[in-house]
Amino acid sequence: METRLLGYIDGRLKDGEQREMEKHLAACPTCAVRVNEFRSVGSLLDELPMIEPSSAFDVRLQARIAAEPVKQSWWSWFGAAPRVLVAASMLLVATVWVGHRPLDRVDIANANGGEETQAMQDQDLPVLENYDVLASFEPLTELPQAVPADDSTDQEM
Amino acid sequence: MARTDVQLMLDVKAGDEQSFALLLHRYRTPLVNFLYRMVRNREQAEDLAQEVFIRVYRARADYVPSAKFTTWLFRIATNLALNSVRDTRHQRMEVSLDAPVTVDAEDGDERPIDVAEKNPNIEEHLVQEAQRDMIRHAIDKLPEKQRAAVLLHKYHDLDYGEISQILECSESALKSLLFRAYETLRVELAPLVALRGKS
Repeated sequence: METRLLGYIDGRLKDGEQREMEKHLAACPTCAVRVNEFRSVGSLLDELPMIEPSSAFDVRLQARIAAEPVKQSWWSWFGAAPRVLVAASMLLVATVWVGHRPLDRVDIANANGGEETQAMQDQDLPVLENYDVLASFEPLTELPQAVPADDSTDQEM
Repeated sequence: MARTDVQLMLDVKAGDEQSFALLLHRYRTPLVNFLYRMVRNREQAEDLAQEVFIRVYRARADYVPSAKFTTWLFRIATNLALNSVRDTRHQRMEVSLDAPVTVDAEDGDERPIDVAEKNPNIEEHLVQEAQRDMIRHAIDKLPEKQRAAVLLHKYHDLDYGEISQILECSESALKSLLFRAYETLRVELAPLVALRGKS
């Protein structure tokens, strides 16, 4: 009820609450007196005069604002330095290209050595596991016979 | 049609200095009055008001209109005022013991009472000033947060939701705070209320 008294005096209660409060005040002289006293206090507070800022207020504030360092955002910095923007863009493009470049097996082999190459070949083994099926696979029999590699050529080179 | 506070602040954010001047013109007087009633020293109130505007200006680039501009403005002002009151409380207590009796003139300048002033209504004027002084002292005696709540509620036409955001408390806590503050004022100002009731 206490907190509703202020809302009632301020006229900020909902319609239902307002009617409820009026009903209460009609039956409760203590609260009715309190409402009148609060209103009187409000009237007394209204009597305090307003003051005006001094004439120097604006001048002082403008001087302080003029002395404020100019704050630039990232984008304005780029705008002021187009060469930096171009260089940053090129660096970004290069980074993306290197990151997404497909790696071929030769590169992997060269980079990681024989152990990893063997591991990759082992991964392919399950495909050849059923050798009997592949050996009797009819279309494969029509292929020409494989020519053995000429080792002497490699040695000469 | 006048631009709203939020529109002005967004224009300031976009680099329009003139919009900041408009906001300053709109809020310097209410802000100085609020701070003056909080700290009871005109020079200090103006310094604090300047600080509020400087902080608003510095925050312009990051401004997002998530709340009413006045809520944001008075929140900065209230925090600065509460810190200032707490920092100078000891100093104020020392000064008040030796300070001469003063009255606040209509323009807000505090000055000693000049009883020899040649004013035909001097007695009436002194009575009026003494009564105002009584009201000021009643406000001064409130705990800082209650004082801020009463000033924001009484003089700045802010609703409970806004004041509770400014004071960083719930709306029900604010109503309770305001009730206690007005209850204290009612007791402190009872002689004056009674006097007015007779006349």
